[in-house]
Amino acid sequence: MTQTSTTVETAQKLGILPQEYEAITHILGRTPNFTELCAYSGMWSEHCSYKNSIKWLKTLPKDGPHMLAKAGEENAGLVDIGDGLACCFKIESHNHPSAIEPYQGAATGVGGINRDIFTMGARPIAQLNSLRFGNIETDRTQWIIRGVVKGIGNYGNSFGIPTVGGEVFFDDSFEQNPLVNAMSVGIVKIGKTISATSHGVGNPVYIVGSATGKDGIGGAAFASGDLTEDSKKDLPAVQVGDPFQEKLLLEATLEVIESNAVVGMQDMGAAGIICSTAEMSAKGMHGMKIDLDKVPTRQADMQPYELLLSESQERMLVVVKKGEEKIIENIFEKWDLPCAQIGEVTEGGQLKFYYLGELVADLPAESLVLGGGAPQYEREYTEPAYFAESKKLNSQSISQPKSYKDVAQYLISHPNIASKQWVYNQYDSMVGTVNMNTNRPCDASIVNIKESNKAIALTVDCNSRYVQADPETGTAIAVAEAARNIVCSGGEPSAITNCLNFGNPYNPEAYWQFVGAIKGMTKACKHFQTPVTGGNVSFYNQSKIGDKTIPVFPTPTIGMLGILDQKTWQTGIGFNQAGDYIFLLGKNGTGDIHSSEYLYSFVGIKNSPAPYFNIDEETSLHELLKSLIRNSAIESAHDISDGGLITTLLESSFVKRTGFDITQTIQERKDAFLFGEAQGRVVVSVQKSHLDLFNSIIAQHTVGVLELGKVTNGEINVDGEKWGQVDDFINLYENSIASRLR
Amino acid sequence: MKFGVITFPGSNCDQDMIYVLKHIMQSDVVNLWHKDHDLQGCEFIILPGGFSYGDYLRSGAIARFSPIMQEVIRFAEKGGYVLGICNGFQILTESQLLPGSLLHNHHQQFLCKNVYLRVETTQSLITAGLTKGDVLKIPIAHGEGRYYADEITLKMIEENDQVLFRYCDGSGQVTNEANPNGAINHIAGVCNAQRNVFGMMPHPERCADTNLHNSDGRKLFESILKTVLV
Repeated sequence: MTQTSTTVETAQKLGILPQEYEAITHILGRTPNFTELCAYSGMWSEHCSYKNSIKWLKTLPKDGPHMLAKAGEENAGLVDIGDGLACCFKIESHNHPSAIEPYQGAATGVGGINRDIFTMGARPIAQLNSLRFGNIETDRTQWIIRGVVKGIGNYGNSFGIPTVGGEVFFDDSFEQNPLVNAMSVGIVKIGKTISATSHGVGNPVYIVGSATGKDGIGGAAFASGDLTEDSKKDLPAVQVGDPFQEKLLLEATLEVIESNAVVGMQDMGAAGIICSTAEMSAKGMHGMKIDLDKVPTRQADMQPYELLLSESQERMLVVVKKGEEKIIENIFEKWDLPCAQIGEVTEGGQLKFYYLGELVADLPAESLVLGGGAPQYEREYTEPAYFAESKKLNSQSISQPKSYKDVAQYLISHPNIASKQWVYNQYDSMVGTVNMNTNRPCDASIVNIKESNKAIALTVDCNSRYVQADPETGTAIAVAEAARNIVCSGGEPSAITNCLNFGNPYNPEAYWQFVGAIKGMTKACKHFQTPVTGGNVSFYNQSKIGDKTIPVFPTPTIGMLGILDQKTWQTGIGFNQAGDYIFLLGKNGTGDIHSSEYLYSFVGIKNSPAPYFNIDEETSLHELLKSLIRNSAIESAHDISDGGLITTLLESSFVKRTGFDITQTIQERKDAFLFGEAQGRVVVSVQKSHLDLFNSIIAQHTVGVLELGKVTNGEINVDGEKWGQVDDFINLYENSIASRLR
Repeated sequence: MKFGVITFPGSNCDQDMIYVLKHIMQSDVVNLWHKDHDLQGCEFIILPGGFSYGDYLRSGAIARFSPIMQEVIRFAEKGGYVLGICNGFQILTESQLLPGSLLHNHHQQFLCKNVYLRVETTQSLITAGLTKGDVLKIPIAHGEGRYYADEITLKMIEENDQVLFRYCDGSGQVTNEANPNGAINHIAGVCNAQRNVFGMMPHPERCADTNLHNSDGRKLFESILKTVLV
């Protein structure tokens, strides 16, 4: 090989540690050339290898009665939902690209996660996203929000899969480093999935979809370093998306799978061709011979390393059964998509890349991949000082507010609580005609499974403030809240996918947050029997505030799938009619205001423990709710989360412009009663004729029940005080974010 | 009545429309391909929503040149029924089968939400089963839905009773606040002078399934089927 030789200095420039360079030399039994070293820099980057997280990820619970493909086995997890159908779902981050090019960064995040789903043969039917931004008042944050929302919208809308749910949260820690987590959910007939594997000596290897360009080169390495002031110069590492190509690729891919001519398939995401060839070959325990000059390109003079690492979007690697080439070529021609044979499957496990006849890289596939030769590290971690400090808070020293109505108005207008319709109205939420929430909003997104009695429930949840306060409890709460949202909506929690957004793993305090989160998730997922089907880790998320660089609020986003065996179980958050009774279910009178939006933003106390949480009480609450819903005893159910009881009551009122008249009949500090965020609580409404039924079910359970009052025609009355009409609160709720971004 | 729903590359509401016609309206429906020249004997052609050919140039601007559109234009000129929804409406104005054009929303954003429509005429196949003044809740989802026509054209379509729907509020009042895209005269849907070609920005196929808790859109399909039977 006449390729340029390398040194440990070359390696360091590519983000490869000296000991890793040594390991590569040992694996190859020689010095790697530049192209080969580039292959390792992509594959052994944090993003592809999970080298600083995999030891802990392995401790997450993966088994469940409905699991068809476990975490790590395929591009996404696969859950049996009955009726011969499986649900395939996954969440992924696109944080760093979105920080420097919000529009393309977010758009390609949506594109990438959808490819993970349809490369398995599942048709995506719903998308969700979880977004974190800095202070909504700053120009930078507004630029990022506008770009990210437009990017997600334009890509998803054109691709034609509805965005059915999501969350948006603001905190200063995300000022320089927003979080953009995108989730896709697909449905496939059991037995019709395609694996990301490669075998059968002589089988042709195709690259299909868009032509390859120089965009996104080094994207995986870029996502595996700190985001700094200089990150702007990494702009070429951001990929560019084309949703129209993705739509064609989706239809063509599903048609190709239907043809039975395919051995295996994998989309090209991080680290492009090298990643898909290596992972498929390692999985199928074969090798490949690839002619890089046969890859269709959209730019002249691309170097072998650029062809290997390009993260050009909307591409797939397909291994086809020999003799059936014409079948797949015809399908791609029908959809007007480029499709080129670039190589074939070989005996053994070696990847041989040629360029104009010259061997430019010769690597064992196994050595490149996670679970094979990629490094795995243990990282040290230490408890940060703020954690012990937070426990010293004496909330008794916090005085009650002068006006509770003022606080309620403050909270309902707070960007973390106010309506996100400025965001979600830019997403097509109804294409596909499966969104059952458009006309009946629920705590989770209910998606119709056509031609069956079933629906699925989807939600993304994580209160980053709680996780910052206490990573272990905060993450357990995120799982519990996701499960609660699904149960409130009429579903049964089934499985989760996660997106773990943390700071630099080499910072022991940031790593302590990561470890705590894994422990909390493990505990909660075992408890709720919701195994982890897969997901993604994003480290190196941090912001520079003043002279100080701080990690973002740790954010282990939970994407949960639930199942409604009967569509009729769907239960909305909205109060139905005046005169209905309002009850609070769950633990009452904790007096807890810890980590509430009220304490954090209104009072201004930034460091407090996580809110009250008891996982056993949570389960009892869920069992009660399921029984109430399946016996048609309640009109609505809405859980208490950000903004406390008052926010829940207002949101339930907004749906049909009703109001409420409630009285605090329990001994508890009033700010905690109205604004506290103690977990495991749900507000339900009951019509008079169902009261006996309701009471008889309640009597069979041990969950706390507190009668709060009644639904009204629009008046808001709290403890005998008249707070005005629901419309006044709706205006605050709906205009808060829109007026800032206008 | 046999329906034909066209799939252009980038169409994404084609299967939704087929589902409604086949499974909810129990009608005969075939899927037509943009590269074909055969309308397969269909009596009612539907151009669905989506982003035909990516819509990178201007919505509907490329689709009008597709092979199937040459047949649709011939079919419409002979009096055949054609309905375009959202991107389909844009294709029909680009093809000059319908008057006017569809511009970027006045707020320059894509917008997806339920809106209310007031039925303006019953002199059309898709509104014959309704009553003038009826208010329907039907969702929109578009970035380029601002109906526009020059003064002369506008006068003509108003005088000829070609406006099918106007945006209104829940009580049927036509107001600026209820107009989601800045459409001239609040127009949400029109027909041609011969009254056999229809276009509308809102998506009736998205509210025809009772599982989605709103069936107002179904009334348009019922109108087509009932009127044809009569």
